[in-house]
Amino acid sequence: MIVLGIESATESAGVALASSDGVLATVEIARGRRHAESIVPCVQFVCERADVDLSEVGAIAIDVGPGLFTGMRVGIATAKSLAMALGIPMVPLTSLEVLATGESTTEDIIVPVVDARKSEVFWAMYRRTDHGIELLRQPIVGSIDDLVADLMERDQPTVCAGDGAHRYQVEITDRFGCTISGAAHPSASVLAAEGVRRAIRDETVEEHLVEPVYLREPDAQINWSTRQVRP
Amino acid sequence: MMPADVVGPDTVILGIETSCDETAAAVVMGGNDVVSSVVSSQIDVHAEFGGVVPEVASRAHLESINPVVRRAITDAGIDERRIDAIACTVGPGLIGALLVGVSSAKALALAWDVPFVGVNHLEAHLYASFLEDPSLEFPLVVLLVSGGHTMLVEMRGHGEYQLLGRTIDDAAGEAFDKVARYLDLGYPGGPAIDRAAAAGDPEAVRFPRAMMDDGLNFSFSGLKTSVVNFVRKHPDVQSVDIAASFQHAVSDVLVHKAMKAARQVGATGVVLGGGVAANTQLRADLQTACAEAGIGAFLPSREMCTDNAAMIAAAGWHRLRALGPSRLDTGAFPSMPLVDTGIADG
Ligand SMILES: [Zn+2]
Repeated sequence: MIVLGIESATESAGVALASSDGVLATVEIARGRRHAESIVPCVQFVCERADVDLSEVGAIAIDVGPGLFTGMRVGIATAKSLAMALGIPMVPLTSLEVLATGESTTEDIIVPVVDARKSEVFWAMYRRTDHGIELLRQPIVGSIDDLVADLMERDQPTVCAGDGAHRYQVEITDRFGCTISGAAHPSASVLAAEGVRRAIRDETVEEHLVEPVYLREPDAQINWSTRQVRP
Repeated sequence: MMPADVVGPDTVILGIETSCDETAAAVVMGGNDVVSSVVSSQIDVHAEFGGVVPEVASRAHLESINPVVRRAITDAGIDERRIDAIACTVGPGLIGALLVGVSSAKALALAWDVPFVGVNHLEAHLYASFLEDPSLEFPLVVLLVSGGHTMLVEMRGHGEYQLLGRTIDDAAGEAFDKVARYLDLGYPGGPAIDRAAAAGDPEAVRFPRAMMDDGLNFSFSGLKTSVVNFVRKHPDVQSVDIAASFQHAVSDVLVHKAMKAARQVGATGVVLGGGVAANTQLRADLQTACAEAGIGAFLPSREMCTDNAAMIAAAGWHRLRALGPSRLDTGAFPSMPLVDTGIADG
């Protein structure tokens, strides 16, 4: 089973191919051109380098957010249309799950924190188990104060990961003693490898059932400049 | 990848459009045979906000894109392997909305191993006129009139444009919206004025025709103001007469300048495009003027005036034939101009 992983929920974007032998090829782009320009060429690149034809891909693992709306939609639209065109199922993971899976060697509570802009963060809580990670706290969005209060309430050895943990490192560690992991962005390699594990366990879903996880209502501020593009 | 020289009458193109508030997909053969055309409108979604909310539009596009594409292929009654290329709007439009279509289109092109063609939405509006009559001879003059644009363009060949004139203030469609709102005729203003005008006298009031003898640029803000001033002074005059007279004035100016441009460049015909191209008076006046001048008048059918993907596929067919495929690292261009289109070509 070969799985293609597409990751674009945060400022970093990545694409990886994995099989039961492990990661076959991966590209991560931390800066540079926008996700929409990079992702399809990256898919082409990993397939060429790993000598994998798209027809050999059995499922597509996708980070469905939460994260930066435009970026995550680029990945989800790409992944869903690839799955539809290739007639293969998908493995949707949240950005928080991908980050937590990447930390799953620790015995501490794992708290992935994704920057939600506007002084807010998305977070959730996980713990490692013998077969991956277990969700302890559902993903939510809130202020740094909300996050710190949540951490203090649980009051256990904790590792925080993600760009939100990095950005607000001082605000978090000043009030709650925890480790900040080096991982700033969800990894396409982790996503693809986890996609293989789940696909083997038949934990895939049909393309049309895959939905983005926004965790925040759209800004209803009317952009009158949109009148420029009316027919 | 298919070489551009085999793009012909049998070439089947899947068009995709997500630049504003319609998610659309269509299958078009040979650049003008519309095999299927599906439009999923978000008008209801945005109605509660009184305008298009970009984030709401982007979310709706992501929900609709695959079902709309699937439906267009099903309606066409073809196997997806019959699709030779994917054409998609890359600009102008809302960045987040455009990116959903562009991402999806490039993914389909990659999965089916067919070329991807980035299309300019404004260029596609003028190709809507060629869907019924593909026999064109250049040079042509294009009159592009919508809620956001009013421009006269010389078309010397496929993809070769020269701007001749444009509005210096309001777009024609904008004037329709504002006058309709002022006369309380409803929204969107274009169809509302058109309906009211059908029952009115276009000679009832002589509204000013701005800049008639003054180059090829347009101005519509003064006309809107004179309608408002006239109604204040003459509250007794029926709104159907005002609507008909206003529409008459707009059409006069547009047709006068289009014919002037056609003479100037020796055009073989005038092509009408954009939402305002659906206007009854404008269509009739332009047809009469072109017939008198002995040149062609290319008008899109009414359903092809509003945003759709058939026009994207048609424009994509011409672009693919003339310039070949676009690169798979093409992004979106929210303020892409018609002239000097900046599509990243191979
Ligand atoms: Zn349009």
